[in-house]
Amino acid sequence: MWTTPASLRAKGIIGMNRRNIRYIGRYNSRRLFPLVDDKLKTKLLAQAHGISTPALIGTVITQFGIKQLSAMLAGHTGFVIKPAKGSGGKGILVIDDRVEADRYIKPSGVQLTLADIQRHVSNILSGLYSLGGSPDVALIEALINFDDSFAEYTYEGVPDIRVIIFKGYPVMAMMRLSTAASDGKANLHQGAVGVGIDIASGTAIRGVQFDRTRHDHPDTGHELASLRIGDWGTLLRLAAGCYEMTGLGYLGTDMVLDRDHGPLLLELNARPGLAIQMANGEGLRTRLDLVERQPEGVALEERVAFAQHHFARSSELRETA
Amino acid sequence: MSRLPFYLIVGFLLVAGIALSIHRHVQFEVPWTPGEQRQVWEIEAQVNFDAHGGPVKVNLALPSSQQGYRILTEHTASPGYGLAFLEENGGRRAEWSTRTATGDQQLYYSVQVLVAPEARQARIASPPLRRDIVWESPYDTAARQVIERAWARSADPFTFARELIRDFTEARQGENARLLLTQFDRTPLLVRLLNQAGVPAREVSGLMLEHGRRRQSLLPWIQVFDDQAWTLFDPRTGNEGQPDNLLLWESAGQAVLEVQGGSNSRVGFSMLVRNQPAAAAVRSQLADDTLINFSIHSLPLEEQALFQTILLIPIGALMVVILRVLVGIKTSGTFMPVLIALAFIQTTLITGLIGFLLVVAVGLVIRNYLSYLNLLLVARVTAVIITVIAIISVFSVLSYRFGLNAGLTITFFPMIILSWTIERMSILWEEEGPKQVLIQGGGSLLTAVLAYLAMTNPWIRHITFNFLGVQLILMAIILLLGNYTGYRLLELRRFKPVTED
Repeated sequence: MWTTPASLRAKGIIGMNRRNIRYIGRYNSRRLFPLVDDKLKTKLLAQAHGISTPALIGTVITQFGIKQLSAMLAGHTGFVIKPAKGSGGKGILVIDDRVEADRYIKPSGVQLTLADIQRHVSNILSGLYSLGGSPDVALIEALINFDDSFAEYTYEGVPDIRVIIFKGYPVMAMMRLSTAASDGKANLHQGAVGVGIDIASGTAIRGVQFDRTRHDHPDTGHELASLRIGDWGTLLRLAAGCYEMTGLGYLGTDMVLDRDHGPLLLELNARPGLAIQMANGEGLRTRLDLVERQPEGVALEERVAFAQHHFARSSELRETA
Repeated sequence: MSRLPFYLIVGFLLVAGIALSIHRHVQFEVPWTPGEQRQVWEIEAQVNFDAHGGPVKVNLALPSSQQGYRILTEHTASPGYGLAFLEENGGRRAEWSTRTATGDQQLYYSVQVLVAPEARQARIASPPLRRDIVWESPYDTAARQVIERAWARSADPFTFARELIRDFTEARQGENARLLLTQFDRTPLLVRLLNQAGVPAREVSGLMLEHGRRRQSLLPWIQVFDDQAWTLFDPRTGNEGQPDNLLLWESAGQAVLEVQGGSNSRVGFSMLVRNQPAAAAVRSQLADDTLINFSIHSLPLEEQALFQTILLIPIGALMVVILRVLVGIKTSGTFMPVLIALAFIQTTLITGLIGFLLVVAVGLVIRNYLSYLNLLLVARVTAVIITVIAIISVFSVLSYRFGLNAGLTITFFPMIILSWTIERMSILWEEEGPKQVLIQGGGSLLTAVLAYLAMTNPWIRHITFNFLGVQLILMAIILLLGNYTGYRLLELRRFKPVTED
């Protein structure tokens, strides 16, 4: 049931307090937070830095702007509505199909009317999902056509890849697979499967759900050992580039792999969670310490190469068959 | 980045806090524990009146040392007024005077009274019998009959007084008594009747001492003499004897307050009981107000009563910091549990818990319906606030009807905070399911209960109120906790699977 601080320290596990004081407090300047807390700002910044993100269909800024929603959505069968200042995946509405003009279908099969969607947007604008309840903006983005190679690894939702970038070095990565238990959401505490990803190769190391080791996806039954992220080098470079883009030293980048556009930046997080350590079965401490000893001003390519060389791991997952 | 300034600040706070506390302990003999103490009442009289613009003279009766109480120190606050203490007809009085005063005037008199059970009753000479009593018809007959009736059932002046007063209580009021009460006020009437029957008596004014009361007024009592001895009677019930918590404020049979040159005069009393070691209580007569003697006790009493609660808030906040930083409990709203704990202090724990759960549960059901109405956030939260007020009103009325007076204290809950709690819980329920609601709601309640237990602990109350230096120590502890990078208790469980392979 309980472990000791000594054994956690031996594993290099970082706790909340250490993360807050030692890394977020020290490396993330408060004035930079708005860049990542507002998804619209992040998106515009990413475009300026040549980092690809999902296409923006439109934004709703005022309550009366909601009336233009149906015109905005015309011609799009699938789209995603998200609050610009939402956190932890709150308030994200995914519509992946529509029958007739006024029947929108969620990935779970639930049907919504235009009025339902307008209510959701209205809630977003009132600040229901934003930090501290401040008024917000709704973003409408094109649906991501995720790579078919991941179809077997996910249930309803889009699997995303979280890479922790420390001082520009990719230090740890995991893929989050939504499950029936997580209701299509990619949040680990809601029951999504976290798969630790080897920084060197982009292959799966280990899988966890509800903090317990897993070797297969609970809904599709597909084994995780063969999970491999294509175009891994590009993805790492994209993620590591976010350091220059934002100036934040301790950063969580959420990426997706689009069938047509390759790796896309979904959002950034200035307070990335610690569950990634569970998915990797390893603490962040030794890797962060190593990066802290590196000199400043190393070029992006070198940083990624350094990380791929030093943080290589072999899979703990067993192949079924 | 050097941490030296940080540790210097923490060290300074610790040293200053401990030094201040030790100074207070040694110099003023304030003990570390609340036991073995003497009670000292701090009573403040506030005189209010509207001055007419001319010369003003205010004459206020003052208490003297008496049975059970010893006067320690007294202070007045009355800028612009001249002041003299007078001895008149065996009573002490304060006389304020000024040449011109206009508008609303406030004069303060505060006194420290030591509870001293061994203090003896002072010998008071019996006042002369009043011979000037004249009754108009038909009151003369009624008065005579009432006296005769009580006289027949009594043996001495005291039993006579008791019987007479009882004849004027609700239960035994006869026709004669009712007739007399239509013309005269109860207490002066009783004094008149006693004097007419040849029993020396007079009206005195006393203050019922109750901790933390404000804006109290004096109650009339009847002092009855039998040769050398005297005793007090309650004119409302006829009960004999002086209650333990009754302080005689005016015992010479004079008016309590006389104002010349003003109108609408009134005097209100606030009081507070404080525990002090006997030695310090005596010495406080000599203590002078230096800067190092900086203490809450130098404030007016009303503010002191307030501060007693305010000084406990850091304790509640410290509990929150400990539970969040060292344990890792999730709460809904960072300091909401402290406010709930403050409400629990008013309601008592069990009533408070039941009330809190009832309000939040009913609020969640109604909030669930509100979410179908598709309202803007601010409007919806406002609707929840009104709902919470309605729930609290309904529960108060219902519990009163069922004779549960404890239910009335539910009004002490911070309603806006409760509404936000309901709103947050409701969203949490929709997004993360009832399990998270239970975890965060339970975490908040647990924190509130622990904060309540800490804030109601008699020793902690004693320490925070009597040693202001403790606040500096608390500050240092909280700064140190804010620097803690180790694991939280619950993380030892969360990360256990990682250490297993």
